Amino acid sequence: MQEEKHNLAEHDISYTPYLFIWISLLALTSITVTVAGLDLGNYTLVVAMSIAAIKSALVINIFMHIKFEDTIFKVFIAISFFTLSVIFILTFLDFLYR
Amino acid sequence: MSSTEIINTHEVHRDDVGARMGMWLFLFTELLLFGGLFLVYAIYRFKYPDQFQAAAMELNTTVGALNTIILLTSSLTVALSIAALQKGKRVLSIALLGITDILAVAFMINKYFEWSAKIHHGIYPGSEHLLSLPDGQILFYGLYYIMTGLHALHIIIGLIFLTIVMAFVYTGSVNKDSFVKLENAGLYWHLVDLIWIFLFPLFYLLQ
Repeated sequence: MQEEKHNLAEHDISYTPYLFIWISLLALTSITVTVAGLDLGNYTLVVAMSIAAIKSALVINIFMHIKFEDTIFKVFIAISFFTLSVIFILTFLDFLYR
Repeated sequence: MSSTEIINTHEVHRDDVGARMGMWLFLFTELLLFGGLFLVYAIYRFKYPDQFQAAAMELNTTVGALNTIILLTSSLTVALSIAALQKGKRVLSIALLGITDILAVAFMINKYFEWSAKIHHGIYPGSEHLLSLPDGQILFYGLYYIMTGLHALHIIIGLIFLTIVMAFVYTGSVNKDSFVKLENAGLYWHLVDLIWIFLFPLFYLLQ
């Protein structure tokens, strides 16, 4: 059955991917600190948030094992992020064009 | 056919996927809790960009970066602890959870000194010095204390959660074949890390 492939206990257990992700997260942190020191004007926030989003994706997929979970977990996460972004967009539309 | 058989089927019933899903549903409520605060931050930063920047100059980037490294490393040790238990290395798993706890305490000590320094400089909600500043700066520090404070509260809860699960691993009720409690404690800890990933650039990297 599909079940077995998705079972957390079934995927190959190794320490290396976690160490690799950790090093990537530290590297991204140093990049974000360095970039903050440069004067990029309005792009500073965009760059900082993009890097934070990449770091989040790494944590969610690997540390939180979403990569190996059933599809329904990914659907749930997508819906919750979508809901949050709708709240942000609607609030900003109200704020800007009131 | 006998009554023992019925009892046995009851004992065997387990739904790890359901348990993890329950944890995720809880994490979504946390996302909305912090999401609301991030929304308030976004609106006011948009309204007072210069004052937010001026206020953020007071924050210590080094302390923030150090805490980021501490939290990212603690996420690693939790993930490794689960992997170690899956491989049946109970002692290593407990040791890694112990390191996670130490890192959590280190984070809180850092936070203590950071907040103490701010309060010492007269910057705390309702202080005379803070109220003499422009509105945007008051809002920045209000959000700073609420958001990092709520996050610090989550660190303390996560620390307790991880320590309880560590005791379960020690007694063997959480083991190689049944580790969903450790997995869920790990999920909570990673969420705390995720929130910090956003808090750090928004508060400490405004230059």
